[in-house]
Amino acid sequence: MGPIARLLAQRIALGLLLLFLVSILIFAGTQILPGDVAQSILGQSATPEALANLRAELGLNEPALSRYFDWLGGALTGDLGTALTSGQDIAGQLWTRMGNTLFLAFWAALVSVPLAIFLGLLAVRYRERWPDKLISAVTLASISVPEFLIGYVLMFFVGVQLGWAPSVSTIYDGMSLGAKLHAIALPVAVLTLVVLAHMMRMTRAAILNVMQSAYIETAELKGLSMFTIIRRHAFPNAIAPIVNVVMLNLAYLVVGVVVIEVVFTYPGMGQYLVDHVSKRDVPVVQACGLIFAAVYIGLNLVADIVSILSNPRLRHPK
Amino acid sequence: MRVPFAAAVGLFFTALYFLAAIFAPLIAPYGMAEVVGGVWEPASAEHWLGTDNIGRDLLSRMIYGGRTTIFIAAAATVLSFTTGAVLGLLAAVLGGWADQALSRFVDLIMSIPTLIFALVVLSVMPVTLPVLVLVMGLLDSTRVYRLARAVAVDINVMDFVEAARLRGEGRGWIIFREILPNALSPLVAEMGLRFIFMVLFVSTLSFLGLGIQPPAADWGGIVKENKDGIIYGIPAALVPAIAIATLAISVNLVADWVLNRTTSLKGGRGG
Repeated sequence: MGPIARLLAQRIALGLLLLFLVSILIFAGTQILPGDVAQSILGQSATPEALANLRAELGLNEPALSRYFDWLGGALTGDLGTALTSGQDIAGQLWTRMGNTLFLAFWAALVSVPLAIFLGLLAVRYRERWPDKLISAVTLASISVPEFLIGYVLMFFVGVQLGWAPSVSTIYDGMSLGAKLHAIALPVAVLTLVVLAHMMRMTRAAILNVMQSAYIETAELKGLSMFTIIRRHAFPNAIAPIVNVVMLNLAYLVVGVVVIEVVFTYPGMGQYLVDHVSKRDVPVVQACGLIFAAVYIGLNLVADIVSILSNPRLRHPK
Repeated sequence: MRVPFAAAVGLFFTALYFLAAIFAPLIAPYGMAEVVGGVWEPASAEHWLGTDNIGRDLLSRMIYGGRTTIFIAAAATVLSFTTGAVLGLLAAVLGGWADQALSRFVDLIMSIPTLIFALVVLSVMPVTLPVLVLVMGLLDSTRVYRLARAVAVDINVMDFVEAARLRGEGRGWIIFREILPNALSPLVAEMGLRFIFMVLFVSTLSFLGLGIQPPAADWGGIVKENKDGIIYGIPAALVPAIAIATLAISVNLVADWVLNRTTSLKGGRGG
């Protein structure tokens, strides 16, 4: 086995271990916390009989360890249990909602990634001049505002005042792709704005870092134009850090999606999670939490794998 | 001492918001939950910002809301800093398995998105003020821990720390009298960022209905109450947006200035 393969195997094993520990943490977070789960679901005025019934239904009378392995085994085979509030099968509910969330995240990524890289290049090309300064000012502003407020500002001005896009994003099966895209135009715009700033700034930093190497100076001394240098020499070497940046921001997108779905009442997984947190529907929260964490860990894993594969220095660990 | 323009603006707005938070009952023209007019009245001489979704004075509600937001964010920042810094410095000084155990545990917590973890925990905890501060502060202390540990590991190997060890000083002395004063300036600069993050975090939780519970309100809660007006073209929900954005940008500007000043005193960057 080559050194790269070993490094990759190690990293993947680490990711799996992390996922396992996270599942313990999520389970423990909802089960072993101070306070009785049944009590907090039913509220203070619950009768002792109702509490006892719910405890039996949740399996709270069994030891925590065996409940954990039941839950984990179920999750691995695609059985996420049933929701307490509606009695419906969680996996069936999650399936369509996950599709909707991925649809939204996919289009947001498709718009924001090329745009961020292009603007990052632009900032490097016009470094310390007005396009660069404008970009960093916008970055500061967008980091200082929570996602849901960007959502409402856009909804108010673009959705209501101008009437360009619907301010509530309902999508259902049987809609044409065009109609779906029109429905999600605003949430995609908000998500793009949210990740764009980070992605742009990190792209700028990654390219500037490469631009200070000796071979770039050589290229400059050869008399190549700025854009040729960036395209031929800087960009190929900056791909690894940029892919890393993109992956980290997609992971960030996963969290942003939760809030944005609530703002635009989009039928995705984030809204499902938030709804059931306020209803104290523990099995649903556990399932959604586990999936969100798994996606987050998975994207971070991909980022690391790409940087291992593309960075020669990482291939020869000391 | 010359204060640069950007920092002066930041300082002005930060002070304004903090003063309004402290003296809220004296400044607010009406009570926080007092219904004083019609639903979503436009701005007028009696109600500078108009009224909200059930006819309360929006300006008064914003002032009280700012008080809640700033108080919770400040309390969570203090908790996050004390926990994170003490554990981080301790890990750096102790080293060995204690450092390993703490650091790997922090890695584990940070591998779950903060918001998702907070939602999971809040689904079984009662949503009260102390619980909110505790959850926010402890989750955020992981970031302070990483910074404090990284800074302290560098300082820990310096000669004056070694000298203190040879003098026979105890661990408490080494942490609080030798390392902490030298690690303070990056930590203080980080404090501004953590405070902003806390403001955004509590606003998001309240907006999702899992933070401050009505009739009390914070800025995120005010957005939630007035969001339905947006569709009818009523911009009441955008008022907290302006407040949060100006507060966050001002604190940012002040933090930048403090960082530049403290590092330039030691001959660092920005001099």
